[in-house]
Amino acid sequence: MAVIESSQDIVQSQSPWREAARAFRQSWAGMLGIFILILVILFTFVGPFFYPVDPFEIIWAPLTPPGATERAPLGTDYLGRDILAGLIHGGPATLYVGLVAGIITITIGILVGAFAGFYRGMVDEFLMRITEFFQVLPALLFAMVLVTLFTPTIYVVSLAIGIVSWPTTARLTRAEFLRIRNLEYVNAARSIGAKNRRIIWRVILPNALAPLIVAATLTVGIAILFEAGLSFLGLGDPNMFSWGLMIGAGREYILDGWWVVTLPGFMIFLTVLGFSLVGDGLNDAFNPKLRER
Amino acid sequence: MAAILSIKDLVVDFKTRAGNARVLNEISLELESGEILGIVGESGCGKSMTALSIMGLVPSPPGKITNGSISLDGEDLVQASTARMRQVRGGIISMIFQEPMTSLNPVFRVGDQIAECVLLHEDISKADAWARAVEMLTKVGIPEPEIRARAYPHELSGGMRQRVMIAMALSCRPRILIADEPTTALDVTVQAQIFDLLNDLQRETGTAIIMITHDMGAIAELADRVAVMYAGHIIESGKTEDILTNPQHPYTRGLIACVPHLEENPTEDRPYLSEIKGVVPSLTELGKGCAFAPRCPYKTPICEEERPHIEAVDKTHSVACYNVKYVVAV
Amino acid sequence: MTMTLMVARRLLHAFLLILAVLVLNFLLIHIAPGDPADVIAGEMGGATEEMLADIRKTYGLDKPVYVQLGVYLTRALQGDLGQSFFYNAPVLDLVAGRAGPTILLVATALLFAVFVGTMLGVLASHKPKGIVSGLVTVVSVIGYSAPIFWTGMMLVILFAWVYPIFPIANMYDITRGGGFFDRVVDILYHLVLPALTLGIVYLAQYARLTRASMLEILGSDYIRTARAKGVAEVKVYGHHALRNAILPVVTIAGLQFGSIISGAVLVETVFSWPGLGTLAFESILARDYPTILGILFFSSLLVIAANLITDLVYRLVDPRIRTGG
Ligand SMILES: Nc1ncnc2c1ncn2[C@@H]1O[C@H](COP(=O)(O)OP(=O)(O)OP(=O)(O)O)[C@@H](O)[C@H]1O
Ligand code: SF4
Ligand SMILES: [Mg+2]
Repeated sequence: MAVIESSQDIVQSQSPWREAARAFRQSWAGMLGIFILILVILFTFVGPFFYPVDPFEIIWAPLTPPGATERAPLGTDYLGRDILAGLIHGGPATLYVGLVAGIITITIGILVGAFAGFYRGMVDEFLMRITEFFQVLPALLFAMVLVTLFTPTIYVVSLAIGIVSWPTTARLTRAEFLRIRNLEYVNAARSIGAKNRRIIWRVILPNALAPLIVAATLTVGIAILFEAGLSFLGLGDPNMFSWGLMIGAGREYILDGWWVVTLPGFMIFLTVLGFSLVGDGLNDAFNPKLRER
Repeated sequence: MAAILSIKDLVVDFKTRAGNARVLNEISLELESGEILGIVGESGCGKSMTALSIMGLVPSPPGKITNGSISLDGEDLVQASTARMRQVRGGIISMIFQEPMTSLNPVFRVGDQIAECVLLHEDISKADAWARAVEMLTKVGIPEPEIRARAYPHELSGGMRQRVMIAMALSCRPRILIADEPTTALDVTVQAQIFDLLNDLQRETGTAIIMITHDMGAIAELADRVAVMYAGHIIESGKTEDILTNPQHPYTRGLIACVPHLEENPTEDRPYLSEIKGVVPSLTELGKGCAFAPRCPYKTPICEEERPHIEAVDKTHSVACYNVKYVVAV
Repeated sequence: MTMTLMVARRLLHAFLLILAVLVLNFLLIHIAPGDPADVIAGEMGGATEEMLADIRKTYGLDKPVYVQLGVYLTRALQGDLGQSFFYNAPVLDLVAGRAGPTILLVATALLFAVFVGTMLGVLASHKPKGIVSGLVTVVSVIGYSAPIFWTGMMLVILFAWVYPIFPIANMYDITRGGGFFDRVVDILYHLVLPALTLGIVYLAQYARLTRASMLEILGSDYIRTARAKGVAEVKVYGHHALRNAILPVVTIAGLQFGSIISGAVLVETVFSWPGLGTLAFESILARDYPTILGILFFSSLLVIAANLITDLVYRLVDPRIRTGG
């Protein structure tokens, strides 16, 4: 086995990134994820041109089921607004919250994890205690409190999601930094007198990137789920039309019309599924050893 | 003496991405009761696979025994049912491995791991099985065996763990013990201790041992007979003395020549097989000729045409080489 | 390190975490825009000047901040989490009244997920390319991606119209009489769907994790040793390998406890399960801050307790930790 695998390894080890890209293209999960995300993006960004209906406008009788009228192919909500128009127009806001919250999460996580893993000692101890503290708070409840105390704008919601979600990224980053900080090339950089700041961001971070990219992809998905959860509880931004808003508004009518919540929920599911699959694909691509399974 | 284990024309194939790898190619071996048979050869030549085949533990897939028989007192183990093989494993044939650090289950007490083996093969109470475990630990020279039996593997050193493995392997008084490079992972001083222990236990119990090793010194000291393997073939076998003093196959001669001062200092300075010029061919790309041909200084045209069969040069000594006479004459 | 010392350290640690959560609660009241007294009274409470003055006095809001913090902490540690002006009841009573159903729901879902998940994982590892394996992967990816309230609603729809066999709301049927035993059965019956909704996500994740670690462990040397001594395959999987494969599941389950509670908030809301989640939902609608903060505090307590338990369980199953100190 050793003999045969090693020759394969040689072929594979030209450029890790190119190799990862190739492996990603071969992973069906990753490609399916990309496909789903493209569909979702086309649907919400190009959709309005083909289906120019105002999602706020009341166009038909309330709670009309899908297929009952041509005016509202996917039915209407409890006020008589077009569900299909809602699905099309609700996407950008949801994606936006997911991205912003995801970026906040990753940024805090990487900062905390990098400093903890690089400086170790007291800094590590202190930062990890804080991380641990944040992991003790049930994230959704904490976010609920934050959003309730402040006005639920799209930015407060994103920030709240970021504040409650960063610990996982921080732990991951820290573990990577601990692993990498003693490798030869880091010592080499140190020996030629590179500053700590340079070692952290230019030497270690680029080498810790693979798992962080996977984590970032998954984080965006989780942030979208989070936003959906908050909206479901009525804590989304009421002024931004999003899938979450549709869900929150329709929540009390599930038994009167299954479609009011199910359909926007399905859009969220599809989007998050896209991100999860891409994350899975990236994970496979970066860890060729695990791919066999 | 009669052979208790006899392997005939055993073939093991592995399906790999690069094609079919014939890991064992028509190997035949006999093990007589109470003897120590050494198996030597370079890394990857199929020593461990021979052992695993006997145990019925060839990883499958991708591996498979595609031909031949392994008969234990006339019973073919290749055809035996899984239930029967479970009785054989640990009960009649035991095995200890190269990696003592990882061969014990980290979450169970070592005493329990030994006792489990006893419980599997003998109709015995748990308390008695535990007592047997402690007794075995005493036998393999572990101090304070009652206390050590309650230890977990991570609390023991590598040498200790290998002793535990030996204790476990011998706990059901098997008739055959396969020791697959039992000392490779250990310190030199501990290596000597483990070999001495195996030797003593063998004398005491009369268990036949198949000793797989790179350590020619240990072979010289312990083994009654030796089989030399190369790229999935047995290329020479005979009495230890004959093989060491009068090797006939070019590969064996290379091996022996590589070992300095074998006679002078057999125990202290245990030399390893060093490599002979060239590399072992990939098992997926073996030609139809002699596997050693690419590296053989004595090869003649026929060597690359047809594989030489192993043939007796005298009553106890067999070689697979067309040019034995020429080789010996040089 | 002796066992008692270890336990003492853990408990101290837990206590400090509890203090930290209380400090956070205190800060939240003060960071929130507006007068803290207003915040405590709740915006919807329609608090009179009198009430506000009363609140200022009890919480010492006219004193320096550190005094206020001191007052707050002492009161909280004595079990006084404040007064809900919306429900007109002490927060502690409210929270205590709703904690039981939440704990029941979370514990059921978690145990269900861990047990069935590891079982499935073991089955899947037996045939890494088989049907169970595929199913585990698919369900875990889907479960991971679907909003949990959405999964719940799908089940509600399924069991309200298509197969109306399970109750889709509340914890028991008030119209039903019967003794204690009937009540228990009724509660379990109502528990099925919420627990299934909450558990299934984690179940699939644990199955996937178990499968991955089983596959790694099955190739390890000690499994070969087990086989070499004649252990039957069933026991190789179920005893020798599983005991090792369960370790990462225990770790993850412990780490995820907070997120399971978060999930429970949503699931409770979908199924009108009378626990902390629905209480949180109601008090948020009412802007009843003391209650919300009380719930945040209490659920953090649950997580801290769960972490302690996980730690103990881990020590039980992994001797390397147990003796390693
Ligand atoms: N799972 C596998 N897949 C493919 N080939 C394998 C596998 N396991 C072993 N082999 C091949 O079988 C051959 C024999 O291996 P074996 O372990 O018996 O060698 P060995 O003589 O014991 O070597 P060592 O001295 O290193 O232990 C090797 O060439 C190896 O590459
Ligand atoms: S058969 Fe030929 S090639 Fe093979 S060992 Fe003998 S001389 Fe060398
Ligand atoms: Mg070997």
